[in-house]
Parts: sequence; C-alpha cells; structure tokens
Amino acid sequence: MAQDKSVLLDIKDLRIDGYTGEEWVPIIKGVDLRLHRGEVMGLIGESGAGKSTIGAAAMGYARDGTRIVEGSSIEFDGMELTTATEGERRALRGSRIAYVAQSAAASFNPAHKIIDQHTEAPLHYRIQSRVAAQEDAMDLYQRLRLPDPDQIGFRYPHQVSGGQLQRAMTAMAMACRPDLIIFDEPTTALDVTTQIEVLAAIRDIVDQFNTAAIYITHDLAVVAQMADTIKVLLKGEEVEQASTEDMLENPQEDYTKSLWAVRSFKRTQKRRPTGEPPVISVQNVDAAYTGGIKVLDDVSFDIHRGMTVAVVGESGSGKSTTARVITGLLPPTSGQVLFRGEPLPPSYLNRSKDQLRQTQMIYQMADTALNPKVRISEIIGRPAQFYSGLSGTALKHRVDELLDLIELEPSQYYDRYPPELSGGQKQRIGIARALAAEPTFIICDEVTSALDQLVAEGILKLLDRLQSELDLAYMFITHDLATVRSIADEVVVMQNGKVVEQGPKDEMFKPPHHPYTDLLLSSVPEMDPNWLTDLLEERGVDNIGEAADV
Amino acid sequence: MGDIVNLVLKRLGFGLITLLVISVIIFFMVELLPGDIAQAVLGQGATEENVAALREQMGLNNPAFVRYFEWLGGAVVGDFGTSIVSGERVSTIITERFINTLFLAAYAAVIAVPFAITLGVVVALLRNTLFDRVANVLTLTSISSPEFFLGYILILFFAVKWQMFPAISSLSDGMSFAELLDRTFLPALTLVLVVTAHMMRMTRAAIINLLASPYIEMARLKGAPPWKVIVKHALPNAWAPIINVIALNLAYLITGVVLVEVVFVYPGIGQALVDAVSKRDFPIVQACCLIFAATFILLNLAADVGAILTNPRLRHPK
Repeated sequence: MAQDKSVLLDIKDLRIDGYTGEEWVPIIKGVDLRLHRGEVMGLIGESGAGKSTIGAAAMGYARDGTRIVEGSSIEFDGMELTTATEGERRALRGSRIAYVAQSAAASFNPAHKIIDQHTEAPLHYRIQSRVAAQEDAMDLYQRLRLPDPDQIGFRYPHQVSGGQLQRAMTAMAMACRPDLIIFDEPTTALDVTTQIEVLAAIRDIVDQFNTAAIYITHDLAVVAQMADTIKVLLKGEEVEQASTEDMLENPQEDYTKSLWAVRSFKRTQKRRPTGEPPVISVQNVDAAYTGGIKVLDDVSFDIHRGMTVAVVGESGSGKSTTARVITGLLPPTSGQVLFRGEPLPPSYLNRSKDQLRQTQMIYQMADTALNPKVRISEIIGRPAQFYSGLSGTALKHRVDELLDLIELEPSQYYDRYPPELSGGQKQRIGIARALAAEPTFIICDEVTSALDQLVAEGILKLLDRLQSELDLAYMFITHDLATVRSIADEVVVMQNGKVVEQGPKDEMFKPPHHPYTDLLLSSVPEMDPNWLTDLLEERGVDNIGEAADV
Repeated sequence: MGDIVNLVLKRLGFGLITLLVISVIIFFMVELLPGDIAQAVLGQGATEENVAALREQMGLNNPAFVRYFEWLGGAVVGDFGTSIVSGERVSTIITERFINTLFLAAYAAVIAVPFAITLGVVVALLRNTLFDRVANVLTLTSISSPEFFLGYILILFFAVKWQMFPAISSLSDGMSFAELLDRTFLPALTLVLVVTAHMMRMTRAAIINLLASPYIEMARLKGAPPWKVIVKHALPNAWAPIINVIALNLAYLITGVVLVEVVFVYPGIGQALVDAVSKRDFPIVQACCLIFAATFILLNLAADVGAILTNPRLRHPK
C-alpha cells in the first residue's frame, strides 16, 4: 500500500518562555521541526533541554507557567495552531494528536476505570457509541498484547502493573486513530524487561496505523530502536538532526559525540583482598514486612573492603529491602549481618554509634533526601559533629575538606541551600553527607538513575575515585546494567527476594547465565538500530509479554 | 468490603473510647464548679438541715466516682437524671429541643452543602477571575461576621423591611411543614452564610491542588473541556478533604448554634444549655455536653468512612 508521506507537522522558529516566579525567561530558543505522515522523530537531550515542552507545543499546548512567544509557527496539517482559538486547538487533542505520558501510573485518573478513560475521547468527539468504543478498546488491548484484553479495561489503574498501564495508555492514545502521537519518555519509569514489551508494542501499533510520532527520551539506545530521524537538543536549541543511521554512525557535533561516548566509562575489576573477613557479610537473611509477606528469602552475599558489589534486579526483587536489613531499619526474621566478622545487632536501635557510623547511605532522589531548608554546611556538618564530635573551626575545616572531596568549591557552596543546586550537585552533597561519618561501607541506592547520562557518569567517576582514595566498600543497588558494567567488581542478581546468581562481574557478563540474568542482560537496549527487531525474532514475539509480566 | 467493615468497627470502637474519656471530663468538670449544688437549689435562706437533707436525697454525699458510674449507667440507657430546677426528667426536656436543633441543622445543611460545593467547583473553574475574587470576598465576609450580627441584618431586611419571613422562630404544635420551613428560614439562612465559606474554599483548594497532577494534564491533552476536567477528573479525587470539612461544619451546625437560637428565639438545645448553665442545672449541662461530643465523634467517623469510600484504591483492592 502506498502510504501518504506529506508533511504533517511543520514547526518554525518555535520560541517558548517559562515563568520563574519573577520574570519570563526563554526556554525554547527558536527550534524548527518538520514531521511527515508516518514518520517517527526522536527528540533527545538532557533534562532541561526542552524536549517535553516542544512535545506539548506540537499539540498547541503550553504547560502552566509557559507561553508560546508570538512569531512562532506551529502548523499541523495546514492549520496554524498559534493563531487558532483555544476551542479549535482543543478539538485536535485526543482526536488527531494524542499524548502518551512518562508515568502511566500517574497519568491515569485513579478514580475511573481504564476503559472509561479510554473511551472518553471517542465519546466526547462522538466518533463512536460507547459499546463500539469499548469493543475497539479491547481490540487495541489485544493488538498491544495486554493479558485478558476483554476484561483488563474494567479494572482501575492501581489494579494493573506499570508496564501494562503504559501499554493501555498507548492504546488510549490510539482511540481516535490520531495522525500524530507525542510519546513523552514512555518507558523511562519501567524496568528493562518491561521496557522491551512496551517498545515493541509502540513500534507495532505506530507502524500498523501509519501514525506519525514524536518520541521524546534521554536514552539513546531506546531512540535508536524507535525513530526514523533523530533531533538532538541542548538547552532549548537544536544541536543537529539526521536520520537515525547517520546520527549513530557519524554524529557531527561535539555535544552529540559526548552523548554517544557516555557509556564508555569502565574501570578494571578488582579482586577480593585475601586474609581478612568481608566488611559486610549477609548470611541467610529472610525478611518480611508487617502482614507477614516474605520479601527476602535466604539472601547471602559478601562485600569486601575497597570493592563494589552491584545488586541488580527489577523493582520488587528485594534490592532495597536488603539495604534496609543491612542498615538495621528492617530487622530480619532469620539470618544475620556480619560487620568484619562480628554480628551486627538486627535493629539499628541496638547498634553502637561506631557501628552506625560504619554504614552510610546515598539515596536515589537527592531532591527529597536533602532538607531544602537547611544550609549545605549544616547538612554535611551534622554527621561530622554527631559521629566525630567536631565543632567550631575543626568542623568548618572538615566540611571544607568534604566539599573539596566531592569537587565543589567550598567557599561557593558552604552557605547555600539544596534547591539552588542542580541534580548532580545535590547528589554530590548526598555523597559528602555519607562521607562525613567516615564510613567503611556505603550503600548507593539507584544513585544515578534520576540523573542525565553525562551527569551520572560524573557521579560514577567521583564514587570510583573516592573508593580508591578512602578504601570504601560499596553496595550498588541498580536496575541499570550499564552502570553495573562500568563500576562493579562483583554482581548479585536478585529476583523475587532470592539471589539467583552472583559472582565477579566479568564472569557475570559472559554466558552461560542463569535464565533470569540472561533475560535482564539481553533486555538492555543497545545502540544498534536493529537490536529490538533481532531480539524480538530471537525471543519469539509471543513470549515477550509473558517474560516480563511474571 | 470486609476490610472496610473492619475499619468502620475499629473507628467506632475508638469513638466509644473517646466518648468515655469525654464523659469523665464532663462529669468532673461540673464537679469542680465552685459552690454547693444543694445550697444553690434551695437558695440563700435554706437551713443547714434542709441542705443536708437534699444532699442526702440527691446522693451528693457519695464519693464522686460512685456518682460518676451511676450517672454513666443511666446515660447509656438514655436516662440523664432529673432537672434540679424543674424536677422533670432531663431526657424529656432535651429530646424535643435536640430534635428541633437537628431539624434546623438539616435545613441549613440541605441548602449549604450543595450550594458550597457547586460554588467551589465554579470558582475553581473560574479561578483567578473577578467572579472568583468576589465569591471569595463575600464568603469570607460572611464567615468573619459574628452570627448574631448576620442574624440581625437578615431580620432587618427580610423581616422588618420586606416582611418576607418572621423574625421570631417560635414553634407551636400542629404547624404544617411548609409553615415550619417558613418560620425557620431566617435562622437556617444565617447558618448557611456561616458555614458555606469553609466548604466552598476547601472544595476550591482541593480541586486546584489536583490541577497540577499528570492525569489532569492528560485529560486536557485528550481534549476534555475545562468544566469536564474539573468535574470529572479533579472532583472525584478531591472528596476526602471536602468531606472532612463538611463533617466539621455539620457538627458546628448542631453544636455551635447557640447564638443563632437566641437571636431567633428558637427552642433548640443550645438555648437549653445556656439556660441550664445560668441556673446551675448540672444534669442538663452534662447531658448536652455529652450529646455534643457524641455528635462530633459520629460525624467525624462518617467523614472518615466517606473519605475511604471515595478512594478507589481502598474500594477496589488489588
């Protein structure tokens, strides 16, 4: 079938201002974007690059606190959206241009059944009767390989898993068979194994209906699977645009090259020191939360001085619970944790100050882990004061020293508050706070997953340097295997509260694997544009969904 | 559903314990009041013997905790003792008064709750417009003015100038329902003016609070018109705080109407309480206080249950 390839969306000199609370500042500084029918364009860049804002603008929509500057032109299928009335623009949304949001769990209304939200647009636009719209929804659920397609829509969003919801949201976007769908980081919140099924589903459905799409993501490997063309953005400006193959093989701009090179950080694997007990030894630990549901089942592994053990697994596999057991926040129901061969009391309440000092944590969300109303000097100074009894000048020296360690100029940051810092800087403060206690062991809970790749790499390098300087042991909780590859010495793979495989990193990345490790490893997107197609063929289309839904 | 029944029973249990604690407080607070009750009843001219005899008769010589349990035992079956002043049974005096108060509260609530919520939705829709500001200023004014002042203003216009409604809400036997509604319109309207502001502002705030949610943006990006975004997508998720404020205001309608009852000479329980306090008729005071406490507890319980029932996560567990 010959498909229509005419221009669908033509954005010229798009300028958008954002309101800072005091003044309007430009956040999009003159971007052009042309999309043909059936074409998928990937928009990539770091957070703050303006990807989502452009995505919303393609629907003629300015988010609260933003405005499209006069002189910008957004032409959708011959209609100029910037001069159209709000009613005219609204009439396009949901019917001809649809939107798929980053977090389906947050973007489905918790008060209504999934199918009622699905049929809202077709009923509103009087395209179909309720019955017809529901039947169509079930058909789409089937095409997107949702389990039990006839019934799943009659559940509430909280009754359905994240990956399924994300597919249901893609189905919802398809409800009126739009010409254009904006995908705004649709798989960022998902586990790698779940991501695959959603990616495959999106690609299929976009293909089947010849729908054009703008695919927004910060993950290069993902965009390589999805897009025909890629546009790279930086701080509200276009860096470059090219077809996916050209962009991957031959990036022109330095910035693009730096993005491509990000995953190159890798350090050599260390060996266990001999003749001394491990810093932390988790021995046959079982744990349960109130209600008696067992979340850890016979978990055992060791972490040696100066080494990094990565604990990997999907959400719900028990990684963070293990950390809670080690820190004493959740006493195990059986088994024990040893520190340098000595058993630690199960609850942190019974541990000595020195035992508490030895184990510190760095959290995923530096945003919420730092008190926004407290100065940096106090955030870092308090543990130094508490554990080492420092005060006055000695304390100030120690804080300066710690700021130096995390590569932030002490005089500049000493008196500032967390909200004034960037995400990467906040995470550095989190690291300094952990170091202030002079620990021997640090638990890093998904410390880079909320950060852009370049920033994340900086954090990994910093952690690596600190490890060799201070002889620290790390437990690195992550679901990102790229991180594991770059920083880990040993790997522990967890599934459903059990350790399914563990060993030195180099061995873990070589076959043969435990089937679950294999599933995890093979699910990590690669930069090769044919990776997804090949993988689907290899696994057989029918069992993608099942593999991830268990 | 089993979970919800469990939860309600649990809350009910806590409510009873709270009520028990309050009953202790009420009883002993009255005990702490200075002066001798027998003396007060008989007046200054009574002889020592008479006072002593009355004390014996009223059981005032028993230890306080014995009298507390006697009183509590009676209260549980609805027997609050007899009035010191009139000698009538307290339950007889209070029952009719309480029904009158409940009627007035229901009258005001039936108007105020739908009105406040509708207005709250409308101002949320028209937020930051002139209408929003005017509505806010007006409701704030009405809530900031003392009730008796509002009552007199309403009497001035509706009763004196335009002569549409009676200024005095005295009730008589054999009144028709329409007549009853007419007689009590002005006190009900006063109460409506007093309680609307809270509920409207909470409705507005709860809705606007949700407007930054991703699912609201999603609804907008699906092309839903603004009224639908608010009524269909925001309101169903905003009930919990709204219901709580409604419950608080309903409780106020029952327990806080003293001034309005006095202004309109309405025979409600508030007036009975004021009379009893001035006459040191402590069995009535205790009974009124206990009824008010029970009202608060019951309405808060209802609010908790209502908030749970509007939460789909609790209504439809995984």
